[in-house]
Amino acid sequence: MNNVLDVKNVTVRFGGVTAVSNASFHVSKGDLLGFIGPNGAGKTTMMRVITGVVTAQEGSVHLEGKDLAGLSINQRIRSGLALAQQIVQPLREMNLLDNVALACGVSKTTNALKSMFLMDRTVERKRALELLGMVGLADSADAMPPTLPLGYLKRLEVARALALEPKLLLLDEPLAGLNQNEAKGLADLIKSLNENGQTILLIEHNLREVMRICPLLYVQDNGRSLAFGPAKEVMANEDVRRAYLGSVE
Amino acid sequence: MAYEMTLITTMAISILFALSLNFISGFCGQISLGHAAFLGTGAYTSAMMTKADIPFLLTLPAAAITAAILGFVIGLTSLRVRHDFLAITTMGTGFLFVGLIRQQEFFGGEIGIAGIPSTGLGREGFMALCIGLAALFAIFSMAVRRSWMGFVFESIADNEDITRILGINASAYKLIAFVIGTATAGVAGALYAHHFRFIGPDSFGFVESVSVLAMVIVGGIGSTAGVIVAAAVMSVMPLLFQFIDDYKLLLYSALLFFMMRFSPDGLAGLCSRIYAKLRGQRT
Repeated sequence: MNNVLDVKNVTVRFGGVTAVSNASFHVSKGDLLGFIGPNGAGKTTMMRVITGVVTAQEGSVHLEGKDLAGLSINQRIRSGLALAQQIVQPLREMNLLDNVALACGVSKTTNALKSMFLMDRTVERKRALELLGMVGLADSADAMPPTLPLGYLKRLEVARALALEPKLLLLDEPLAGLNQNEAKGLADLIKSLNENGQTILLIEHNLREVMRICPLLYVQDNGRSLAFGPAKEVMANEDVRRAYLGSVE
Repeated sequence: MAYEMTLITTMAISILFALSLNFISGFCGQISLGHAAFLGTGAYTSAMMTKADIPFLLTLPAAAITAAILGFVIGLTSLRVRHDFLAITTMGTGFLFVGLIRQQEFFGGEIGIAGIPSTGLGREGFMALCIGLAALFAIFSMAVRRSWMGFVFESIADNEDITRILGINASAYKLIAFVIGTATAGVAGALYAHHFRFIGPDSFGFVESVSVLAMVIVGGIGSTAGVIVAAAVMSVMPLLFQFIDDYKLLLYSALLFFMMRFSPDGLAGLCSRIYAKLRGQRT
């Protein structure tokens, strides 16, 4: 089995409201899967199920065959997930280099007491600079996050997530809030990361960019799985078009 | 000379106490409004042990351990509540501690514990011990700040959720900060009890908690050097000027307010801004 992420029959209810209903999909090694759906489709809820913020009443999530049930968010990240969030949250008191360096050296923090005796950050800072270069932020390595525009911070989120060397990179609406040029630039970056072997699950609203870079799509509507497969086939699906356009001619 | 030695000893104990809070609040961002309870735990533990003829130096680890146990329990609450709620919880701990001590004859009740035996180290020896322990913890604090533990503390203080998203067990780090900080406060308490030779519930009330927080904030939250300077000055001022002692809560609260309004990063931040400005003018 080549699946990095396996989501099977996940159901999430908030009181009487069913946010996700019996949804299933998988991400195989090397995939760039676009996860789309109209507002209220349950995309964010599904992402929270994967990261462990929300517990599913039914179903399972496996990462490379390992059941993630009962694991905290930091344990899931250590198992091989990495997340770049829709609402950027840089560490505001650290420059960009240290934001990424901390993620690069996360293995040094596994044992909290031992971390007291570890001082050197040279290797992590070197790697952080490489990653910042990869996302086009090398020149801003010394800048403090509050002084930078949204487009830079979105890239910082990606660099920080990549620093964890994840098996699966979860990108939650990375293009939201960006202008057309910035969105295109970041989408190109995501595509190139995938071409270099990074497995990516991209949750996104920007259909144009998703269609441009994602070979595979998973669509959810009203919490239910609507379609899953090659992007062109999925977008030709009547249910998908109805969900987006309201009716099909 | 004896008076100067008393001042220096008071200063050293205050520095150790303020640095212990700086470890929790400054480094790890966990605001505590009841830190005097840990000072009190150490003080009562040590005083009662020396009154039972146990050598003073043996009471220091015991004071650290009892304060650390209480700190661990309070640290557990920090895993459930954050920010303002944590401040209120720790404030409640402070009130609970004083309330409990007041009601227990075992701890001397309202009257407190008087006639605490001498340390046997002599005035100079005790002063040297206080200075030594304060210096040792200052060096330890600066080393931790530079370590990966300090890096994680900085991250937790900045944004705990992001720290978790980076795969770091923030809870473990917060608990360690509480245990180290409160154990040190316990040691400061043991020194305090044997410096003044008398302790009572009022010695560890809300005023003390606010005073030590004021020292940390005025010095510059997270800055070891800044906190040392602020604690040194603010601890001896009430001893030098009676009116400061009379209006301590008012003056320290006002100082807190002005610092938060005009220089939230304290004296340390103020100094680095002035330094940067002067350097900018020179170039």
